[in-house]
Amino acid sequence: MASVSLSKIVKRYGKIEVVHGIDLDIAHNEFVVLVGPSGCGKSTTLRMIAGLEELSSGDIHIGEQRVNDLPPRDRNISMVFQNYALYPHMTVAENLGFSLKIANRPEAEIDKAVAEAAEILSLGELLERRPAELSGGQRQRVAMGRAIVRHPDVFLFDEPLSNLDAKLRAQMRIEIKKLHQRIKTTIVYVTHDQVEAMTLADRIVIMRDGHIEQQGTPLQVFENPANTFVATFIGSPPMNLLPATISGDARHIQLEDGTPLPVPERLQSGVTAGQSVIFGFRADNLMPEGHGLTLGSQTASFDLLINLSEPLGTETVLFGEIAGREIQAKMLNPRPVSMGETLRCQLDMSRAHLFDANTQLSLG
Amino acid sequence: MTRLFRRLPPWLALLLPAIVILLVVVLVPLLLSLYSSFTPYRLTRPETLYKWIGEYNYVKVATDANFWWAFGRTVFLLTVALNLEMLLGLGLALLVNKVTWGQRGLRTIMMFPMMFSPILVGFQFKFIFNDNVGLVNNALQSLGITDQAIAWLVDGKLAMFAIIFAEVWMSTSVFAILILAGLFAIPRDPLEAAKVDGCTPWQSFRHISLPFLMPFIYIAMAIRSLDVARAYDIVQIMTNGGPARRTELLWTLIGRTGYVDAKMGLANAMGYISIFLAIFFTVYFFRKLNASRAALGYNA
Repeated sequence: MASVSLSKIVKRYGKIEVVHGIDLDIAHNEFVVLVGPSGCGKSTTLRMIAGLEELSSGDIHIGEQRVNDLPPRDRNISMVFQNYALYPHMTVAENLGFSLKIANRPEAEIDKAVAEAAEILSLGELLERRPAELSGGQRQRVAMGRAIVRHPDVFLFDEPLSNLDAKLRAQMRIEIKKLHQRIKTTIVYVTHDQVEAMTLADRIVIMRDGHIEQQGTPLQVFENPANTFVATFIGSPPMNLLPATISGDARHIQLEDGTPLPVPERLQSGVTAGQSVIFGFRADNLMPEGHGLTLGSQTASFDLLINLSEPLGTETVLFGEIAGREIQAKMLNPRPVSMGETLRCQLDMSRAHLFDANTQLSLG
Repeated sequence: MTRLFRRLPPWLALLLPAIVILLVVVLVPLLLSLYSSFTPYRLTRPETLYKWIGEYNYVKVATDANFWWAFGRTVFLLTVALNLEMLLGLGLALLVNKVTWGQRGLRTIMMFPMMFSPILVGFQFKFIFNDNVGLVNNALQSLGITDQAIAWLVDGKLAMFAIIFAEVWMSTSVFAILILAGLFAIPRDPLEAAKVDGCTPWQSFRHISLPFLMPFIYIAMAIRSLDVARAYDIVQIMTNGGPARRTELLWTLIGRTGYVDAKMGLANAMGYISIFLAIFFTVYFFRKLNASRAALGYNA
């Protein structure tokens, strides 16, 4: 039984504060992903949970215990590092069993635990090899095996997949998800890759500049981004953002070139006449006629001049301009699109977003 | 002459200067000394160089107790000095590695003993351990630890101790510097993984840091074993092999035989036997070095 709770944790290096008082409660067996651009403090936060970095202030509890002053070895955690951090002079079996050997467990127990971990991660044939003789994916599996051997209260993953190639990364992502289903444990996972975050997490915590910007289930943060940063960080391609003004009757959004669009119904109570806003919509909600999804109740139509297209097979990402700003749209059941072609597109206004232009916060 | 060069294959023509130099500087002296070890060659009587006496010198050396005592003493010095230097160097490197401010300066200061000529170090310690005016006795007497003048360089056992002390003082920094380089080269990740895996600081050092340091320790051992196997200067200055041959090492014995007794043929025979000692230790430590590197997956 181990929940993790961070309260007001701060990390300073000299005078530079990199984590500004984060509060976060992670439930027992929850898979939480900390995601954000590099330098946002997510790895530092993870390393503070691990005990590899000291807190400048605040408290960390694992289970009922305050662990601020405990060394990593007394926190009953396991960590998987970005560079695998295997012990190069030990075989895979020795790497897996090292933590138990250090704890002076009987040999039979170590062998059993190693065999069990090797079974879960299909490392059986590699047990006698050294890390230098393994591929990147195999090393990552050994690193994970080393973490599960100890049956820790909490797993910490520090960008574990970023050294792998794209195909292997997708594969390992699935293995990690399966692993979590098989051995239910609290997991804190750090990544800068929003796809990893979306696919793995029970709950995503989006960080920027040492603050938490938003947290919620993957769909919550995708559907209802709290601000423009989350809107552009989560989802691929990023949400299109256009500066706009609310019209005098508070019923329309006026883009920079004067194009009027209806204010989405669910947002009508949140806007005031003349307010400066940022209008946001996802590429998935702007599609050429005949190449889109079923639309919501409220739509708008555009003629979109196509500058560039990226065919991906099942869909094509279209690059065009609205009100002088580059935006992206999507085409389902794609047909070839030529540059300079104009397509009649429909925008699903019921799924559009409005953000305050000053605070960048969602008006939804 | 030019035509001769033209007829040579280009690789040989290009290598020729190096070959000539090597012949003159290395091979000829080597063969000459090897030959002379089969003659009763004395520096004072040059004509003895032409008298062939077969393996006589070698038999004489092999049955000479003094030679084997010197041989054993050299091995003893090598073993004790190298191990002490390794332990002290390791400790020093670990301490300096912890220093965050002024480490550069410390590293330089640490190298100072290496910058002195061994001859001067010998003189310095000869003075320090002198029974009448030496610092050590002076200090011991002032502190009231003893009221007698301890004859450091006159007592057989103490003299060997004094020599080892000087040797360790001068060369511990070789180990310290190389081990420090090793400490810098240890990747941070495995150490952090070890912390999370439950290692105490000592266990981290024992199971993670030390294996990473072993190649560096063996490099230092290989270098220093060559050094100590040919130890001469410090001993020559401090005790001249005395008292009563109690600190006689291989090369002080060989030097005396060759230049004082002028028996160059015999000295060369001793030299050829002794050289195997240096070769043995160097090969041994190189094997160890390669094994420790292979263990880390460097050569795999």
